[in-house]
Amino acid sequence: MKHEFECVIVGSGGAGLYSALETSACAKTAVLSKVYPVRSHTGAAQGGISAALGNREEDKPEWHAFDTVKGGDYLVDQQAAMIMAQDAVQAVYDLENRGLPFSRTTDGKIDQRRFGGHTKAFGKGPVRRACYAADRTGHMILQTLYQQCIKNKVTFFDEFQVVDVILDEKTCKGVIAIELATGQLHTFAAKSVLFATGGFGRIFKITSNAFANTGDGPAVLARKGIPLQDMEFFQFHPTGIKGLGILITEAVRGEGGILRNNAGDRFMEQYAPTLLDLAPRDMVSRAIMTEIAAGRGMRGDKKIDDYVNLDATHLAKGVLEAKLPDITEFCKTYLGIDPNETPIPVLPTAHYAMGGIPTDLDGRVVIDGKGTIIEGLYAAGECACVSVHGANRLGTNSLLDLVVFGRRAGIHIGEYVKHIDFPAIPADAAAEAQRWIDRLTDGKTGPHGGHMAEEMQTVMMENVGIYRNEADMALAVEAIRNLRDRYGDVRVQDFSKPFNTDLLELIELKNMLDLALITAASSLNRQESRGGHSRHDFPDRDDANWLKHTLATLDGNQVNLAYKPVDTSIWKPKPRAY
Amino acid sequence: MKIILKIERFNPETDTESRFQEYTVEVAPTDRLLDALIIIKQFQDGTLGFRKSCAHGVCGSDAMRINGKDRLACKTLVQEVADADGAVVEIKPLGHLPVQRDLIVDQTEFFSKYRSIQPFLINDDPVPEKERRQSPEERMKFDDATNCILCASCYSACPIFDKNKNFLGPAALSQGYRFIADSRDKGFENRLPDLDSPDGVWACQNHFKCTEACPRGIKITKRINQTKKMIQDHRKGKGESINDGATD
Repeated sequence: MKHEFECVIVGSGGAGLYSALETSACAKTAVLSKVYPVRSHTGAAQGGISAALGNREEDKPEWHAFDTVKGGDYLVDQQAAMIMAQDAVQAVYDLENRGLPFSRTTDGKIDQRRFGGHTKAFGKGPVRRACYAADRTGHMILQTLYQQCIKNKVTFFDEFQVVDVILDEKTCKGVIAIELATGQLHTFAAKSVLFATGGFGRIFKITSNAFANTGDGPAVLARKGIPLQDMEFFQFHPTGIKGLGILITEAVRGEGGILRNNAGDRFMEQYAPTLLDLAPRDMVSRAIMTEIAAGRGMRGDKKIDDYVNLDATHLAKGVLEAKLPDITEFCKTYLGIDPNETPIPVLPTAHYAMGGIPTDLDGRVVIDGKGTIIEGLYAAGECACVSVHGANRLGTNSLLDLVVFGRRAGIHIGEYVKHIDFPAIPADAAAEAQRWIDRLTDGKTGPHGGHMAEEMQTVMMENVGIYRNEADMALAVEAIRNLRDRYGDVRVQDFSKPFNTDLLELIELKNMLDLALITAASSLNRQESRGGHSRHDFPDRDDANWLKHTLATLDGNQVNLAYKPVDTSIWKPKPRAY
Repeated sequence: MKIILKIERFNPETDTESRFQEYTVEVAPTDRLLDALIIIKQFQDGTLGFRKSCAHGVCGSDAMRINGKDRLACKTLVQEVADADGAVVEIKPLGHLPVQRDLIVDQTEFFSKYRSIQPFLINDDPVPEKERRQSPEERMKFDDATNCILCASCYSACPIFDKNKNFLGPAALSQGYRFIADSRDKGFENRLPDLDSPDGVWACQNHFKCTEACPRGIKITKRINQTKKMIQDHRKGKGESINDGATD
């Protein structure tokens, strides 16, 4: 089936929906989503969205921008961070005006709380910057934006999985998607396409990410030769529920929670004497793994699945119920404990991709260091890399990234599509996607994807995790290459058309394998430690050689690596201490 | 422990009616029921159809009927539904919605009813420079209703649909309450025709099945009754009679 839209948005999380609100006001827009929009993973974000409103204490966008740059270990493009911090204030007011039920101060303003790495006066101490709605801020953002899309009568194609993009050297012309309910392929011709497909934490064994987070947008583009930026920087959130990876928000520490080792010590005193438990996530995750390796985890056996305790038992009565009700319930449901009485067993969990599809400040995809763009091709949200998160994202800046850059991309698209005609789509636009699906469903017997997915996740977790080294990463690259070869034999067990989730999972597996290879190869090549990329064999940051963004291009089983400069026009890189 | 999942299956391409299929799965008592379904899907039978996403009870994808109760598979631990080795757990798709494949139901009608109550802030006043003020007390009035993840467990559990397919249903009505109880919203009268109708709040007969089923702890029945009260007060204020549409 063929469709024609001025704008096609792929993904219905915060970035996709915000863009859709902007584009649908002036351009014929369709939102394609593999899940019902309200199921998107934005809804799982808990703690808050930062903006220097100053509702609780003095704050400035400049401080927010600086924290973002320092938190990202100076790999952040500084003008982009400044724009995000400045736009943040109006973005939060705009969400409130659209109905978002923020938690309130006693005088009726939006309440704000502390979060990791967010400081006053360039590092003088924690600041209350995170605007929040209990511990379901992402849920409320997703709901509010979806509700606004209903109000504005945005067209949705629910449960459509994108499998290919229609692209020539200079222009994007649409996408190919499979309708899950029928198994039918659809061709969407479009003047513009925005990818807002979210993260790909599912390439790792233990992750806070949803099953849907398989990096479909970046993978589809990577297979067309679009480079992906800074893919070696993947954030491990310090506090996932042990064994499950379910996120326990940093807001627990923002409200006063403390990480403790098996001696009961507040070990963050040794690693970040000023910010303590509210140091940036990469530092806290490393501190936890260092404690565990030294035998100070709760079991003390030095194994990588040992854990530490997140202690909230001393918080004032009512804080957990009023401000952190969901995580209280997660603890009761999955651990059988009440965090008011028992510390929460936690371990870092794969959480967020700092890297992704390279874009400019208006969401346009940029394919090199010279600013070359593909006309009509946009990306926003976690799947994109502006770069405002650099080598390590600060908590609350992901929700902010979605609304600020989702909006900016939407506005740009609205203008862009006015001046161009609908593209001519080749008659065989869907042929490549069709061949892929035909191969997977041709009736031959082959290995099933389930085992391969598990192998990939284990390889990535063990070898491209929090602490890395040459031998482990080289092993991962080889193992993923091998899995990609084996993918050539893989076949479905389900030959039906309606809701063939077996086929869907094989498509997702291919996407994850491609991104796992790019992540591992980008990591192997960066010979320094910076932010979320931390190497035992190169333990220091090396600005002389590595203060640059990676651009990784997929070429068969090879990953070609190029680099481009970082915008350091405001603050000179300094050693990073908290 | 080994448990047996007895799953109701239906493939519209090959089946004229649904059938049950049993799978034996090795799980830990503290595993999620969703984990057991995934083990089947990954390693035993790729043809089994079910939805999943966040796996910790916040996205609403995997609502299904487990041992007769409508709940989320990711928020149900094995030990809650299987007490010993060899225990049989019966899993069916949600009720009151057409089955598309195995445990996957068509939620079109559920969402169209949600949309019909205009689930967005209605306030045509000039947009303020900063936030609209709202006290913590005003904010708490509708707090639990904002928890809704639109999983449709309540829609499956509500017995009213057995008699009245046109009932808006618990989720839509509690989302109506979420807005009319919000001090910033001015859309009470816009929503009145839908809420104040025989298929709106007046169809609810306080069975409390929705409240029992809600995986997010929303006091849905109470919110519907509060809505009834608001409508009654509104009618009284205008000197009108109450259109409760009661037929029995």
